[in-house]
Amino acid sequence: MSEYGTPIQRREFMKLLGSGIYILFSTGPFLYGQQRGFQFRQYPEDFNAYLRIGEDGSVACYTGKIEMGQGIITSLAQMLAEELEVPFTSVRMIMGDTKLCPWDSGTNGSRTTKIFGPVLRAAGAEAREVLIQLAAEHLQLPENRLIAVDGEVRDKTDASRKVGYGFLAGGKSIERHLENKPPLKDADDFKVCGQSSPRTDFEEKVTGSARFAGDMRLAGMLYGKVLRPPAHGAKLIVVDTAAAQKIANVKIVQDGDFIGVVHPLPDMAEKAVGLINAEYEIPDNTVNDKTIHELLLNTEARDSEERKGDLEQGRNIAVQEFDAAYFTPYVAHAPLETHSALADVKGDSATVWVGTQRPFGADSQVAQAIGLNSDNVRIITPYVGGGFGGKSQIGQAVQAARLSKMAGSPVQVVWSREEEFFYDTFMPAAAVKINSGIDASNRIVFWDYHVFFAGNRSYECIYNVPHVRTASRGSSFGGGGPHPFGTGAWRGPGSNTNIFARESHIDVMAAKVGIDPLEFRLQNLTDERMIRVVKAAADRFGWESGKAPTGRGCGMVCLDYLGTYVVAMAKVRVDSKSGSIQVDRIVHAQDMGPVINPEGARMQIEGAVIMGLGYCLSEEVHFSGGTIMDLDFGSYKIPRFSRAPKRIETVLVENHAIDPSGCGEPPIVGMGALIANAVFDATGIRMNRLPITPERLKPRLT
Amino acid sequence: MERSIQFTLNRRPVQLKTDDERTLLWVLRTDLGMTGVKYGCGENHCGACTIIVDGRSVRSCMVPVKFVEGKEVMTIEGLAENGQLHPLQKAFMEHGAVQCGFCTPGMILKAYSILAENRQPSREEIIKSMDGELCRCGTYNRIIDAVQAAAGEMKGGTHHE
Ligand code: FES
Ligand code: FES
Repeated sequence: MSEYGTPIQRREFMKLLGSGIYILFSTGPFLYGQQRGFQFRQYPEDFNAYLRIGEDGSVACYTGKIEMGQGIITSLAQMLAEELEVPFTSVRMIMGDTKLCPWDSGTNGSRTTKIFGPVLRAAGAEAREVLIQLAAEHLQLPENRLIAVDGEVRDKTDASRKVGYGFLAGGKSIERHLENKPPLKDADDFKVCGQSSPRTDFEEKVTGSARFAGDMRLAGMLYGKVLRPPAHGAKLIVVDTAAAQKIANVKIVQDGDFIGVVHPLPDMAEKAVGLINAEYEIPDNTVNDKTIHELLLNTEARDSEERKGDLEQGRNIAVQEFDAAYFTPYVAHAPLETHSALADVKGDSATVWVGTQRPFGADSQVAQAIGLNSDNVRIITPYVGGGFGGKSQIGQAVQAARLSKMAGSPVQVVWSREEEFFYDTFMPAAAVKINSGIDASNRIVFWDYHVFFAGNRSYECIYNVPHVRTASRGSSFGGGGPHPFGTGAWRGPGSNTNIFARESHIDVMAAKVGIDPLEFRLQNLTDERMIRVVKAAADRFGWESGKAPTGRGCGMVCLDYLGTYVVAMAKVRVDSKSGSIQVDRIVHAQDMGPVINPEGARMQIEGAVIMGLGYCLSEEVHFSGGTIMDLDFGSYKIPRFSRAPKRIETVLVENHAIDPSGCGEPPIVGMGALIANAVFDATGIRMNRLPITPERLKPRLT
Repeated sequence: MERSIQFTLNRRPVQLKTDDERTLLWVLRTDLGMTGVKYGCGENHCGACTIIVDGRSVRSCMVPVKFVEGKEVMTIEGLAENGQLHPLQKAFMEHGAVQCGFCTPGMILKAYSILAENRQPSREEIIKSMDGELCRCGTYNRIIDAVQAAAGEMKGGTHHE
């Protein structure tokens, strides 16, 4: 763990590279992150990009992925150890350093295990086979007599004839690749994966030695703050820095609208920026959190649609039709660590420590902002204090780099909580309209689905419906259009809205025809894998059949998020006087294929469930035009201890028939419908708008 | 006012010269290198900056450095003694009460102050005392388990009396 999370000085860096072995290179170190010649960036094929075996047998694993709490620092090490046949404890992770690590598109979309996992495992498997070849030559034994175990290659029949990976790798500088790549292990043969390995980042995190970007220190560094406009789209008219200039040791820099202060102390930089007087022209924009959905529904934007069957025919055979609209608000990421970066710009190169989900991408963005070649910008990602999609944006690193360039010193920028809320790229407010119908035997016969501004992830109808249209208007990323500020990926982008709408609507239909919501789903599902997960959840929950509203306060949801299947069930209590909702119990069944680290998966699921209760019950960004009203945790209410359900039970549905799939996003995306359906079962009131606050629910309870 | 201030930090005397009105959080993080003390909001809303002053939890973003003059300050860096993790630190690890880890130092120290007053807090008591401490990753239930486990472990009262 030594270099992870710690600034690596040039000398140490060379030392680090010099100490390993390079099974493959015949000449000197090869810096994969620096290979920019490719037209398309993709994972390098050479396994040396992902691992180095030191002379002492220790293994360094390199990845462009980053650790932000999801636990891949441990699960990736498990995957490499599994295929390479080394002890898990011998693997050290080096993550998110664009100079040392192979390119990666970013840590998002619950894709680490599913997409990057096989790449890393293949590297480990090939390295293992090359090591066996090298061992065969060294021991003068045929390869088929050898076996790789625990970081060494042994004679199967005489365990005393063996050679360690460290020795093999350390002694050679030969290039060797395998023509025929070895297959990945079958999940049934896993020894390291599938075990709840202890998290390797925890000790640093409980002792305070874990470093986040704001904890990085360099000699001579300054702390920077940039003047923030009062509203998005505001134009600077006049500025007066006279009062700020009076602070001892302050330096004020300006480049057009970009006005910053730097100071040897962070609190003084903050104080100085507060003393700048500025006048802005704020654009006339009256849209607010109450009117935004109307605007979304009436804004032209790019459409896409998919069709199956013939909607008209479906409408003709339907005996009952259902029409409804569903609305979700802007939601903040609000990681506990605000966006932070330390930039050291020197001449035509820069090193930037930044809490980011996209080190590759941050490099070119920083380079562009300060007029450098991106080859000369090195991004180093220490531990990230929560991301949830919001740390794919690196505005703070651009600020730090610009300030560093102008001030001629390393500059650290740590956003205040207020800046964090202001500059956040929120989960976009969105709307869904659904028109559907069932036949006399309660089968859904048509499904006409229109989502506005959430995007199309998880918008498919997972039920067996013959006549379907699924249409999406407007994308969920980038802001612009009807959005007065930036929007972006938020843990399960688009899906939180789409699944809220679909799974609420399924319950609306079930209730109308008086069928238990679970039975109604089973009648309309044909996907055997999903049915198995439904049964697993129902078994654990002890689901009692009944026609909603039963008064019990039970609800369910099923979903497929990029190949991971989830069925969740909840029991809630609604206080009829105040309209407040307490979630007592959640059972969450998830089939994500073979699970790499079961305890890690449970932690992700529980965390997602609790985080999800925020946007279900209390979180919503209030705004007026480009002015954000919620700029602190006093008015923007994220879940607290008292919000957490007493019981969150996770069922990891075993499935070795598919490849390992994503874990961290699937458990959050169903939360809206899960809670809305349970509230309906408790009260008979259908809430089509999130969050379900006491203010919204109470007036309808009488 | 710029002057010399003395206090005890993690069992060692410290003395520094600075404006005594400066916020303790930034003095600890910047001047004294205690980066385990986290900034989460700076306005009394999250608890990431929690430290222990004379045995009680204090939000370091809310007090000036002169507040700790002559007092005993402990940050997360000072909780483990002689390389031995505190039962709370062990319990947080064992119970997986950590994800991104940014709230963790504040959570552990808040729990430390609770256990100093109540050796066997119930689930409800922990929720009540810790409801102002925020964790965006949603580790709350595991923190409760960890605190109760550490309380059990510390029953003998041997550690950190
Ligand atoms: S930083 Fe002190 S309470 Fe949030
Ligand atoms: S572990 Fe991330 S905020 Fe608590």
